[in-house]
Amino acid sequence: MLRLPPFRYHRPRTVEAAVSLLHEHGTDAMPIAGGTDLMPNMKHRLFTPAHIVSLNGISAMRGIEVTSDRGTTGGGNASSGDRASGGVSSDTTLRIGALETLADISANPLVRRHCNGLATAAGLVAGPQLRNMGTIGGNVCLDTRCTYYNQTEFWRSALGYCLKKDGDVCHVTKVGRKCVAAHSADTPPNLIALGATFTLTGPTGTREIAASDFFITDGIWNTRRDSDEILTEIRIPLMGPASNGRESRVDGARIARSGRGPGPNGRRLRRRSAYRKLRQRNSIDFPLLSVAVAGDFAEDGTVVEIRGVVSALGARPRVLAGWDEIAAGERLGNELIGALAERARAQCRPLDNIIVDSDWRRAMVPVYVRRALGDLTGG
Amino acid sequence: MRKVDGLAKATGRARYTDDIRLPGMLHGKILRSPHPHARIVAIETSRAEALPGVHAVVTGRDMPTTFGIIPWTPDEYPLCVDKVRYVGDGVAAVAAVDEDTAIAALDLIDVTYEELPAYLDPHEAIAAEAGPYIHEPRKPGWNGNVTKVVKLEFGEVEDGFAEAELVVEGDYLFEGTTHTPIEPHCAIGLAEGDGKLTVWSATQVPHYLHRELARVLEVDPARVRVIQPPVGGAFGGKSEPFDLEFCVAKLSMKTGRPVKILYTREEVFYAHRGRHPFHMRYRTGATREGLLTSVDAEIVLDGGAYASFGLVTTYYSGQLLTAPYRMPAYRFHSTRAYTNKPACGPKRGHGSVQPRFAFEVQLDRIAEALSIDPIELRRRNFIGPNTRTVNGLRVTSNGFLECLDAVEQASDWKRKHSRLPYGRGVGVAGSTYITGTNYPIYPNEMPQSGIQLQVDRSGRVSVFSGASEIGQGVDSMVTYIVAEELGVPLDHIRVLAGDTDFTPVDLGAYSSRVTFMLGNACIEAAKRIKVMVQDAVAEAWDAKPGEVLLAGGWAVRAGDTATSMPLREAFNLAEAKFGTLGATGSYNTPKDVHGDYRGATIGASPAYSFTAHVAEVEVDPETGFVNVEKIWIAHDCGRALNPVLVAGQMEGSAYMGFAEALMEEQIFKSADQGRAGLHNAPSLLDYRIPTSLDTPELESLIIESIDPEGPYGAKEAGEGPLHPSIPAIANAIHDAVGVRINTLPFSPPRVWRAIRAAEAERRSQVSTPQVTAAAGVK
Repeated sequence: MLRLPPFRYHRPRTVEAAVSLLHEHGTDAMPIAGGTDLMPNMKHRLFTPAHIVSLNGISAMRGIEVTSDRGTTGGGNASSGDRASGGVSSDTTLRIGALETLADISANPLVRRHCNGLATAAGLVAGPQLRNMGTIGGNVCLDTRCTYYNQTEFWRSALGYCLKKDGDVCHVTKVGRKCVAAHSADTPPNLIALGATFTLTGPTGTREIAASDFFITDGIWNTRRDSDEILTEIRIPLMGPASNGRESRVDGARIARSGRGPGPNGRRLRRRSAYRKLRQRNSIDFPLLSVAVAGDFAEDGTVVEIRGVVSALGARPRVLAGWDEIAAGERLGNELIGALAERARAQCRPLDNIIVDSDWRRAMVPVYVRRALGDLTGG
Repeated sequence: MRKVDGLAKATGRARYTDDIRLPGMLHGKILRSPHPHARIVAIETSRAEALPGVHAVVTGRDMPTTFGIIPWTPDEYPLCVDKVRYVGDGVAAVAAVDEDTAIAALDLIDVTYEELPAYLDPHEAIAAEAGPYIHEPRKPGWNGNVTKVVKLEFGEVEDGFAEAELVVEGDYLFEGTTHTPIEPHCAIGLAEGDGKLTVWSATQVPHYLHRELARVLEVDPARVRVIQPPVGGAFGGKSEPFDLEFCVAKLSMKTGRPVKILYTREEVFYAHRGRHPFHMRYRTGATREGLLTSVDAEIVLDGGAYASFGLVTTYYSGQLLTAPYRMPAYRFHSTRAYTNKPACGPKRGHGSVQPRFAFEVQLDRIAEALSIDPIELRRRNFIGPNTRTVNGLRVTSNGFLECLDAVEQASDWKRKHSRLPYGRGVGVAGSTYITGTNYPIYPNEMPQSGIQLQVDRSGRVSVFSGASEIGQGVDSMVTYIVAEELGVPLDHIRVLAGDTDFTPVDLGAYSSRVTFMLGNACIEAAKRIKVMVQDAVAEAWDAKPGEVLLAGGWAVRAGDTATSMPLREAFNLAEAKFGTLGATGSYNTPKDVHGDYRGATIGASPAYSFTAHVAEVEVDPETGFVNVEKIWIAHDCGRALNPVLVAGQMEGSAYMGFAEALMEEQIFKSADQGRAGLHNAPSLLDYRIPTSLDTPELESLIIESIDPEGPYGAKEAGEGPLHPSIPAIANAIHDAVGVRINTLPFSPPRVWRAIRAAEAERRSQVSTPQVTAAAGVK
């Protein structure tokens, strides 16, 4: 069995205490929640922190609820949340504490109702045991993955190491100083497509960052989270439900604030989201390709705004460009879906950072985009 | 009937090797080569030895004797002496107070290597006739990159092709796969002051390990004891000695303390001994009616760094193909190459799964070309029972036709084959496999299997069995036989197995030999006790011995059930009359069940099992995903001593074949990918085996042909049922989407590429309407 390196375990009760520990020990400390990513990585000697700061004792980082300017209106784990959501006003958000497990998120009625793509993605991470431990905060901050990186110390030493850890060569690109390890988390593409924001708390205070701005194209450290910051919660702006729970009036300003284009103020819209994951097994596997889509539809079924995010390609999820210019005002029929999928294909080039035929993975981009968009029309 | 070890295993009470902790036990680790091929210039261990907590370091020079499971090809040292031959080859071993200290000590061992060119491709290794060699040639003038060449020809092969009205040719590649047992290899060595050496090991061959430990470590075999605790899966991957077993013994001899080594999962991948990659070319001739006229095979086996069982594998690659179909003429030419990769060896269906895949696809192509139903084609070529194969193997019981009937009916074949819509299909394949090998690995005239029974005054029967329980149910099997013969309730029978100090020799859990051989030995021993008990009870009742029946915990007089006594009393009477009650039994194979030529004995078995599968698949032509929905498995096991265990073996086999068909791939990085010969993904995350969600529905159809020589008619069930999985799925994919995929595994990218190539070909045919058939009727 692989051995863990020695470390000291801390279990603070508050975000502030956790941040202070991380700050105090600097690069010698790492936060841990479910541990499903960090523990194997430590066994592989990808990280050898002397201090592990557990976040599991911080109750403020839990909870799934719909909130508005008037405060929380629905609890996360109960049908009361469903009932309460009927009265939600337009500028509501779904708040998800970063410590919520992927299993809970995949089953949560509020998440399933408002963010089906996210619930689907959370339910497709790894296997049941890992979803019971793994948290959404951990999934968002998941380390990038590469066939030359996620290996044992012996294996990497036999290779001569790589750019991402202990070496100076990228074995994927052979040239260049940029690490192309793949962003491999399932939930972030959905959070980006849904216009989520992340709340980060660090030694100098709390800040919000749009999910779409959170990731950078650096496979070595692919997020804007500083090492002494903690992702405490995720907020997803909701359209707000109408009678069927799917329609609402959009507050254009609110959407603009969350980093998306302005919606036509006052129109009744319906939002749908979906997620498709390419993998060879029906459990356990990381994505070989992931596709998240979210669309806002007018009452007549035409597209107001549609967003697609593709990941497991490089270090950062790719927000697909040029969709609204062909989709806005149109119905999401087969022809439009095909055109959107073709635009996706043209923008996505999988690399050999995952040990599965990259030509095939590229060919699967339009197929999976098509299928994800099909899910929007089917639901 | 319950498995006798089931409860302990299901409740976590079974003690595997790694569960054993001895007082004062040290922990060992093995330093492994980062190079695929290099000369060892120097090893400096003093820094490691100086590390506090380190008790001993050993290198190859401490054990400079070669070993090998096949006595003719000993080419391994416990730790490398002069050269390393693959990434992961063992170079030195450390014993320390704990694993962390041992790991730290490995970093302090300085090895100076001189790198040598590495061979990853078996063809390149064979072509380098003048070297450089991976091994020194065993004889001057030989190619040191070749383990074994076998060329055998039976009947008039070219005449057979001349008579053929259809000749189908095909190239096939079976990429290697490994066993992935849940339990990694583990061993504990204990050298005691009196010169006795005990090794506990997760092995499936305690007897061979016993011999090799004594020979390599130069200890009198009478002082060596091998104990095999319950094994958490083996599948052929623990059927020869490994470096850790020698290292724990040697480190214990040096330190006087017990030493344990447990492999990491990564090391299990390096130890390997899994299925050889086979590069195969087949030519198959048939008449217009679909009767085979001639078969010709050219096979290159990629053996990896050491011989392992490779000599046998090379023979098996050809010898085991000659049933269940009649072949008037057959030739094979097989060459096993050394390459700088982990050594290949036996995996469930040793040496014959790869050719069976190719050959059953060839048969499907013949059926297609001749417009004959593939099941009907197989029936027409049926070799029959009580016959000899073209290469001289004696076949006795043979339920293959019943297997074909069973899968045809259960799968609703006639309404499905070539009748399902595009994207869905069914495929069939058949196979045979040995029930043990007729000859032991080292030549000797002694029994292959032995057992000893001892009856206690309490009514308990103790069974001393040399056979290895590796999850297949051998401890249960002997319990059932003792219960059957002596009438003892199952819970009055204890099995002590796998301890060379106390149990007679059984050669090991390999080649599907145990039920047949140990079962017969057990019947013999039990009958010897039964005779004594009947005799003593008959005397008390003034009856004939044959009138004394033993059943259900009682001795009962036939025809007079009022006359009875508990078995305990019957045993006490027998002990009073004959003294301490015990008996041994043994089994040796019948001779003259094979031809008379060099190599004729390899492939010879006292009985053969037969199998047929039908697989139903759904192929997504857009993505290449193959969803195997169901596999119907019909298997002739002779007689099912416990149908639940037989069905378990059938399902497990079909699952394993299915896994190899769709996912498994033991592959390596090239020099261009950073390091030649580095295992692509030595972990269960990236070396993919199917999860329960991926696994098809499996329906077992047990066929009982009642073998004349098997225990109560039983034959094997552990390996045969794997074989047809792969070709049945291949043939079903063809039925579904019209493509033949001759390279394993049938992964989505490969299926997708094949479908795209077929589409491109169809498009080009539209423009130029000229069809070049791969298989043309003359």
